[in-house]
Amino acid sequence: MNDVAAQITLGPVLFNWQPDHWRDFYFRIADEAPVQTVYLGEVLCSKRAPLFAEHYEAVTERLRAARKTVVFSTLSEVTQNLDRKLVESVAASQNDLVEANDASALPQLAGRPHHIGPFINVYNERSVAVLAESGACNFCLPVEMPAATIGALCRETQSLDATFEVMVFGRMPLALSARCYHARAHARTKDSCRFVCENDPDGLELRTLSGQPFLAVNGIQTLSYDFLNLIDRVEDLRGLGVSRFRLSPHSCDMVRVAQAFCGLLDGTITATEAAEALIGLNLPGPFSTGFYHGKAALSRSLQ
Amino acid sequence: MNDNRYVRPELVCPAGTPAALRTAVDAGADAVYCGLQNATNARNFPGLNFAPAELETAIGYAHARHAKVLLAVNTFPRAGEFALWREAVDLGARLGADALIVADLGVADYAAQTYPELRLHLSVQAGASSPEAIRFYCQKFGVKRVVLPRILTVAEIADVHRQIPCEIEAFVFGNIGMMAEGRCSLTNYVCGLSTNMDGVCSPAADVHYEEDAERNLTTKLGPYVIDRFTAEESAGYPTICKGRYLCDARTEAYYAFEEPVTLNLSALLPDLMRAGVTALKIEGRQRSRAYVKAVVSAFRNAVDDIMAGRDASLASLIALTEGHRETEGAYRSKAWR
Repeated sequence: MNDVAAQITLGPVLFNWQPDHWRDFYFRIADEAPVQTVYLGEVLCSKRAPLFAEHYEAVTERLRAARKTVVFSTLSEVTQNLDRKLVESVAASQNDLVEANDASALPQLAGRPHHIGPFINVYNERSVAVLAESGACNFCLPVEMPAATIGALCRETQSLDATFEVMVFGRMPLALSARCYHARAHARTKDSCRFVCENDPDGLELRTLSGQPFLAVNGIQTLSYDFLNLIDRVEDLRGLGVSRFRLSPHSCDMVRVAQAFCGLLDGTITATEAAEALIGLNLPGPFSTGFYHGKAALSRSLQ
Repeated sequence: MNDNRYVRPELVCPAGTPAALRTAVDAGADAVYCGLQNATNARNFPGLNFAPAELETAIGYAHARHAKVLLAVNTFPRAGEFALWREAVDLGARLGADALIVADLGVADYAAQTYPELRLHLSVQAGASSPEAIRFYCQKFGVKRVVLPRILTVAEIADVHRQIPCEIEAFVFGNIGMMAEGRCSLTNYVCGLSTNMDGVCSPAADVHYEEDAERNLTTKLGPYVIDRFTAEESAGYPTICKGRYLCDARTEAYYAFEEPVTLNLSALLPDLMRAGVTALKIEGRQRSRAYVKAVVSAFRNAVDDIMAGRDASLASLIALTEGHRETEGAYRSKAWR
């Protein structure tokens, strides 16, 4: 849908940040980041969700006062009753826009506009059509989809009233499990974790036996060690029909990241200037173009 | 006698090749599952799977012996490439497969719309783990059976069973992936082939073994070291989620996700049957005929023993597990998580 105005969005915080820090992060996003849509909510662990509960209202209000659209993201893996209750409570708010990250949320959202998150497997036009029929209007695509497939999907769904969103910044979500790997790293279990994931604001890095940095774990999630950065592919993606570009929050200066991407999209800075603005963020890993070219890891690294 | 408390479960067995299919049927499988020789199934490995003519013959062989054939069309088509999956569904319907195992929303929709009489099973690759998710697929596509992700405890399975309108199939033996099915891009990250889209996990073409002077063996997938073994240890296949890694929270290398173990729920069979599992699935389409024969025979006897009120003996299965190590995975207790 090339006629839809393009925008930069901010995905949900994937990590277990200190609640006050989490609140202040969003306050600053509200006040300073030029993103238009902010996704809010715990998508990985129902145990973490209550930690942020006291700040939700204030954060939502601040973001809305700054004219940002707030979308509430649901849990990506639903096994226990606690998980189900969390999904139900998020999806229940009839007046809010909700992003489903698991099929568990879909029955509740049917019949009203909603978003499909990157944890629901949507790879082809018929899947988009099935979900759009029930009210899905925006699809954040799985991170592993290469540009060629993204282009084909946009092409094949032109008759549908759907927009597409692609992640363009941050560690790439690679896998989910029932087991908490943060707890395991500290010889604990998920139930006895004592929230040890709070120690790693960008995830806990895993290295191979030869010392090569490889992956990062975040609770039940496994992420890439490298940081996806598609700032010099935004124009190409736009040409393919993608209208929304998602930044995944990290502990670096996300306002600066948002300014670079938004400036590029608005045409106030060039692609070269935008790319340069992302140098020196002090990230705990190198940039890469991820799955964009449909090739394996080594050939993707930019630095 | 407590045998009438159980519904007789269907023993669902792997068939990577026509020969393995015949072996599984002869060894007592109630149903076999198999896939075509392309990306439409989640075990798209060289040398495995069925050509259309082979599938036709295999279905004839199984049906003559009162066994069912379930066709796995359980990967996720890329945009613009849906035709291959449509052809697989058409073929399954035309040849009289007893059910299609599907994961993709679009494939499920095509099958349900085109062949409303054809039985649909929801693949484990769909990752439907809650009653709400399962009911969604039942209502939308008329799914008759869900293959549960290997992430639930038996108690949770019983709870799910009470709240869904379809049958439950659960894995009871074989290779246990650590990640939630259908939600793992690790192979793609390292090898450039997608488990979801291409049906590939840790492809053999990217596996390397390097032995040093002391005969220590390093296993690699693509450019990454997955594990290292001394001459005395038996080396595992380099699967990312069963590798040994270093991290700052540990002083030594550790299995960050899971150790190389095999899922073996033989001791939990009666519990699973009480929980409402009516189909018991054995993993291993990539396995040899000898393996299939041994595992299927053992589970055939075990199910028959349980149904007859006898204790089931499955001690022989430990010999078939990876490195002779087994696990009950997520099923026994939440402490596994």
